[in-house]
Amino acid sequence: MRRIDLFLGFFKLGALAFGGTGPLARAIIVDDWRWLDDAEFASLLGLCQALPGANTCNLAVMLGDRFCGASGAIVALAGLLAAPLAILVTVATFFTTFSHNPDVRAALFGATAAAAGLAIGTAAKMIRKIPFSPVLAALALAAFFGSAVARVPFLLLLGVLVPLSYVLAGGRK
Amino acid sequence: MKDDLLLSIFLRFAGISLLAVGGATAALPEAQRQIVGELHWLTGAQFVESFAIAQTSPGPNVIIFSLFGWRLAGLAGLTAATVGILAPSSLLAFAAARTLRHAGEAAWLARVKKALIPLAIGLMAANGYLLARGADVNMLAGLITLVSAAFVALSPRSPLWAMAFSAGLAIVAGRMGFL
Repeated sequence: MRRIDLFLGFFKLGALAFGGTGPLARAIIVDDWRWLDDAEFASLLGLCQALPGANTCNLAVMLGDRFCGASGAIVALAGLLAAPLAILVTVATFFTTFSHNPDVRAALFGATAAAAGLAIGTAAKMIRKIPFSPVLAALALAAFFGSAVARVPFLLLLGVLVPLSYVLAGGRK
Repeated sequence: MKDDLLLSIFLRFAGISLLAVGGATAALPEAQRQIVGELHWLTGAQFVESFAIAQTSPGPNVIIFSLFGWRLAGLAGLTAATVGILAPSSLLAFAAARTLRHAGEAAWLARVKKALIPLAIGLMAANGYLLARGADVNMLAGLITLVSAAFVALSPRSPLWAMAFSAGLAIVAGRMGFL
């Protein structure tokens, strides 16, 4: 495996994955490049999801290291982030440059209000995907109120809720 | 002075890195508490705007932290922020993958994954609630947030449609003198 391939594979993933990298990651890693088979991919993704941090970044680190060692991890991560960061800086610079234009300000105002809705809608979508249970609802509500309303120190909140959820929700089907 | 800022960007984000359970979005309520509430690096409105701008980019959601760094200290800030938010979690992923090569099938791992789902949902909703409080300064914004939330929750189409439509609607509203 060449480092340039790692870079290119993850570059494509970063550049094309709008709103969630999951399905595209499988297509690129399993179908396009055949770096892993389906079972290996699912297993590695499972580990990424259980660990803190962005899942796709964790995946880049793990695959890069597996094939090319520590430098491969950095190459894969750089490939993943190159396009998104370039686009991000371009868009941010656009809004800064034209911040005095009333139309641009209005557009950002509307997009910002929509983005807040996007965050709420994504949470709602995830709720609809899992079967309802009072235990899961209580855990989700505790995380919500603890972080948004009571503003409990985050480390404390996670220190209580993660073990609690491991016991209460971890064993569920 | 600038080096101090870069160092504190790096250290703050490195501190948040390992708290992002189930994805970067889960850490945003804590990031907002620190960046807006405690450090006054950004106003509430700038924080929400950053979230909107980050959504227009492809790739992992974690790049919103890079944008915070960019807004605070340009390219050096972006670098400090990106390395800060990624280094601790990446090192952990690196170590975990090397030591737990076959953990993907392990029962405890499946348990951790399941345990994080309701918490990630609650934290994501908390993020949405906090963003809406920052963004919804008038009736029009509140309405846009509500309709976008419904669109994202119910439609399989890309959320970018909701953002693009809302941006266009706000331009029209602005031209008609409603903003």
